[in-house]
Amino acid sequence: MSYDTIKSIIVALALLVALGIFVRYAWQRLWVYLRRGQTSPKFSDWGERIKGLIVFVGAQWRLFRFRLPGIAHFFIFWGFLLLSLTILQAIAEGLMAFANPQFVLPVIGTWGPLAFVQDFFALFVVIAIGYGLYLRLIVNPERYKGSHRNQGVKVLTFILTIMLSLLVMNGLRINLNEDLLGRYRPISTLIGGLFVGLPEATQSIIEELCYWIHLGVVMLFLTELPQGKHFHIVTSIPNVLLRNLEPRGRLPVTKTSDGAAGVSKMEDFRWRTMLDLYTCTECGRCQDVCPAYNSSGLLSPKLLVMNLRRNLQERGAALSAKQTNGVLSKSLTGEIVGEEALWNCTTCYACDQECPLFIEHINPIVEMRRYLVLEGKMDKMLQDALANLGRYGNSLGQSDRMRAKWTQGLQPAVKDARREPVEYLWFVGDYASYSPTLTDVTRKTAEVFSKAGLNFGILFDAERNSGNDVRRAGEEGLFEMLMGKNMQALGKCKYETIVTTDPHTYNTLKNEYAWDGNRPRILHYTELLDQLVASGQLKFSKKLAAKVTYHDPCYLGRYNGVYDAPRRLLRAAGCEVVEMPRHGDRAFCCGAGGGRIWMEEKPGHARPAEIRIREAAALTGVQSFVVACPKDVTMFKDAVKTTGNESRLQVQDLIEFVQEAI
Amino acid sequence: MKIAVPIKFVPDLVEELNIDSSGAALDTSWLRLIINEFDDHAIEQAILLKERGGAEVTIICAEGDGVDDILFNAAAKGADQLVKLMGSDAAMMNSHATARVLADFFKEIQPDLILTGVQAHNDLDGSVGALLAEYLGMPYVGYVAGVTAASGSVIARKEYPGGIIGEMEVKLPAVLGIQAAEQPPRYVAYSKINQVSKTVKIEERAISDLDSSGGATVGRMFKPEPAQRAEIIEGSPEEVADRMVGIFKELGVM
Amino acid sequence: MSQDIFVLIEHLRGQVADISYIMLAAARTLASSSGGQVAAVLLGKDAQKLAGNLAADKVLYADSPALTEFTSEAYQLTLAKLIEEQSPRAVLFGHTTIGADVAGWLSGKLSLPLVSSCVNFTSDGKFLSQTCGGKIMAEGDLPSPTILVTMIPGGYKSEQGQAAQASAIESFTPPALDNLRVALKKYIEPEAGDVDISKSPFLIAVGRGIQNKDNLDLPNELAAAINGTVCASRPVVDQGWLPTSRLVGKSGKRVKPKIYLALGISGAPEHVEGINESDVIVAVNTDANAPIFNVAKYGTTLDLLDLVPQLTEKVKQAKGG
Repeated sequence: MSYDTIKSIIVALALLVALGIFVRYAWQRLWVYLRRGQTSPKFSDWGERIKGLIVFVGAQWRLFRFRLPGIAHFFIFWGFLLLSLTILQAIAEGLMAFANPQFVLPVIGTWGPLAFVQDFFALFVVIAIGYGLYLRLIVNPERYKGSHRNQGVKVLTFILTIMLSLLVMNGLRINLNEDLLGRYRPISTLIGGLFVGLPEATQSIIEELCYWIHLGVVMLFLTELPQGKHFHIVTSIPNVLLRNLEPRGRLPVTKTSDGAAGVSKMEDFRWRTMLDLYTCTECGRCQDVCPAYNSSGLLSPKLLVMNLRRNLQERGAALSAKQTNGVLSKSLTGEIVGEEALWNCTTCYACDQECPLFIEHINPIVEMRRYLVLEGKMDKMLQDALANLGRYGNSLGQSDRMRAKWTQGLQPAVKDARREPVEYLWFVGDYASYSPTLTDVTRKTAEVFSKAGLNFGILFDAERNSGNDVRRAGEEGLFEMLMGKNMQALGKCKYETIVTTDPHTYNTLKNEYAWDGNRPRILHYTELLDQLVASGQLKFSKKLAAKVTYHDPCYLGRYNGVYDAPRRLLRAAGCEVVEMPRHGDRAFCCGAGGGRIWMEEKPGHARPAEIRIREAAALTGVQSFVVACPKDVTMFKDAVKTTGNESRLQVQDLIEFVQEAI
Repeated sequence: MKIAVPIKFVPDLVEELNIDSSGAALDTSWLRLIINEFDDHAIEQAILLKERGGAEVTIICAEGDGVDDILFNAAAKGADQLVKLMGSDAAMMNSHATARVLADFFKEIQPDLILTGVQAHNDLDGSVGALLAEYLGMPYVGYVAGVTAASGSVIARKEYPGGIIGEMEVKLPAVLGIQAAEQPPRYVAYSKINQVSKTVKIEERAISDLDSSGGATVGRMFKPEPAQRAEIIEGSPEEVADRMVGIFKELGVM
Repeated sequence: MSQDIFVLIEHLRGQVADISYIMLAAARTLASSSGGQVAAVLLGKDAQKLAGNLAADKVLYADSPALTEFTSEAYQLTLAKLIEEQSPRAVLFGHTTIGADVAGWLSGKLSLPLVSSCVNFTSDGKFLSQTCGGKIMAEGDLPSPTILVTMIPGGYKSEQGQAAQASAIESFTPPALDNLRVALKKYIEPEAGDVDISKSPFLIAVGRGIQNKDNLDLPNELAAAINGTVCASRPVVDQGWLPTSRLVGKSGKRVKPKIYLALGISGAPEHVEGINESDVIVAVNTDANAPIFNVAKYGTTLDLLDLVPQLTEKVKQAKGG
């Protein structure tokens, strides 16, 4: 048998084995395991989905939020796509060797411009891989903590070997005049130049050796691919294509077979969530921006996903093997993911937004919280808050009859929207209604509304907590009850627009309430006032000469994209707005969201609000830390004290500036 | 073991309380009633005993606003039977009347152990537990924070000031006044209560002729003057310290 | 039938509880309107020495091994016999872990009316009770011939219930105390480890006014003297001067002690949220405008560093004397 025939046979066998392993793993993971998950709602809006594929996979849009690693990945990705064609050529060449050792695929092996681009990309990939290795081995940033470093390094080495062997092989072929497209490969030509002095026979052996290395590592890579984080190469495309297109502020609910919400085991998740798990590349961007990770360190969204993925694999295998104990008896909420980790999430959306591949973290966290709530496993303070919400409709445990007490003595009197039609129905919210530190701000808001000539009213004692954070704390039944009561109260009122004080309220009213297609206009007060200033209905008589920084509330900014209105208002009032390093969609959460405000904070480490205040305190000349969320006032006023910045920074609600400037 | 937990509803102190026109009772028109917090602990303790060693738990409450919800809540925690006493107003019965009504019922169902809140903030004639024990001829131990079942008896951990615990062995059947369960009453998710309310039935039991004798007769009720601002104690450190010691003594903490 | 006022003396492990003296003072008021005597009822085993400073006209004493330490049943049976035989005008019990265990039972057993949570007796012989967590006061007559009353502190001073010399002891025979169904097995001391501040009746809370960690010795000494527990507001815990288990407020524990002595605490809402259920708040803060004075019943603007050593000294004197 000739060498070429043997080569064909070996290539064919290797291909079969590698493909076999690949298909076996991929089938097991993407078909057998995923099918055990719950059904996902139907996917629609395919135009938008395909657009996303182009932007987020093709253009790698979100990756550039971390610039250099983003660029490196861009080249690796495109290099991979382009060079997979050379791999095809190499395989075809091997398979056909018995008939024609110089076999070339049409176009792929014959089109010069393609060869030219490939040649350069091979170099770019080598450089990018070099940067990747440098990142992993030398820099080793915090975000990689907990990732599979060896796996990463191994695969980087694989790719590097594939690239180098390709370049050397091509270079030698050019030297040996075996490459029809040699003139299109300047890089390979350069590398070939290194071997020019060697006898042709030696070059030929090295060339053949490179071929085997190239192909061998490709096959190894193929078997490695579905087993670890590099499975994202396969799953990222469906993951981005089938990403959640609902508004960010709308939490999905999976009801299990017995009608209750809550995930207690892996198979209770939707298969779509499972796909997310396989797609995680362990890049740690989510971890890098996570307020919980950066304060208590008790939660890392990345580790959460990795732990879930491991459980999915292990449980999947155990179920397939019809085991009955072992990993199957491990509790999802407790042993796989710590309860503390689940409760530490502030639902700030920084992680979800940062993930280049649209993996959702908050959704599974809340699904698991729902189960913990069903089991009654929660912080005592949260338990009290929920009990209060159920009984009085507010978390502070105060009488619902006292909800509008803050209006007493206000002139003109605040209208009762239940009794007379109003243009603006003001949904005040718990903290703004009850908290002694905040009612003053609330009264100022009423004063501003009056001075702007708004025809507005409130629901008085018919208003209940909107339930935004109740839902995110995992108490779905209570959320439904609160929503029902609010909808009932709202249904009896005549109004055109709902305006809210609290961004959390704003979010759930806008995105989650069951309006049945009749959703009224819903505005945050900063949006409303911004519009009034623009239309000239609200005029400022004073120019305040304050230098301030503005903190974007998560549920106003990241969740609902309101970034400019508050800033325009501040500027209109004469303030100079200085931005913190993290602002806009990168704003760092105060730590109150998702029900965290009702839970005990474990002292002993920096709290998110303190980290944020230190960030603001580092800005020169800024006297005011401006917020637009009542929870922020509570959180940051405390943090200013505990960080010793009382004399340095004043925490103020935006409305205070508006009121002063009128 | 059969455990019975009689519970009662009390005025919610979150609301402002007012005196009615008679001047001798609370104005009930604005009253919001909630479960007596000690009774909530008694339920929790009963459930804990059931979880540890098995028991059949019956919860009993006089009818009233919100009572069904609390009964379903208890069922969601693990209570087996729910009984509502009809024909009475939970807020109106004094402890003596309540204890008599309950005693009649317990003579029928013969529980081994009765757990009830050690007191309620509106008891003016003592707590139900001690009276009930006497009417049933059972022993009574109050201020209990933790119960362990033994054979034919229970070990009740009675709390004394300063954190001292007296371990009492109490022969069954017995009544215990619960100060605190071994763990705070658990939270029950709304969806669970909804589910239970569809499957569990509340047994209704009519009661007649209330006998309130033995209770205190209130001639007048009034609100104490609210203390507006702290009374500032003037003087030298020594004088102030003297006065403070006096205050501590008056309040019985020394 | 008599016009005497009986007071059940409460004692635990050889210590007479303060409420007993408070009740003796109350009984004196009642006795002067009823025209009877004040009788301290003491049950125990070789416990005569406990009668030493009771301000009573006489001490009714029952001695039995079954009465060595309090158990509800032995007390119930003994008192039932005594009350039935002597038919006093009133019997006062502490509204406590001892008194409330027996008063209700006796009301049922002897068919005698019972009034609970009484703070005061008016000069015209009426009871004044706290109800609804102290939000409402209830006043009423004390029906004849015999009324049982459980009392809470606040209306009388315990000094008034203490006498320089012992009163005459009249022994009486308890009933047969065998086949009892309630037995004390043992006492368990509170854990030596960290205390649960939410259970302490006397909390000494320190805030930023404490200035530095070394100054914590002052409240610690006071706590030792008065058998209280030291807790703190956020800044102190954040400094690591006290463990988290001692934190009071929004992010710590909610407490409801009998006395909350706030040292150098301004009274930020986050903190007040955790303490507003305290029976009495006593505030020490140099800032006369500090919001803590809005929730406190008593206050002083002295510097805690000056006051606390004095206070510790006074407490030690009071305890020693």
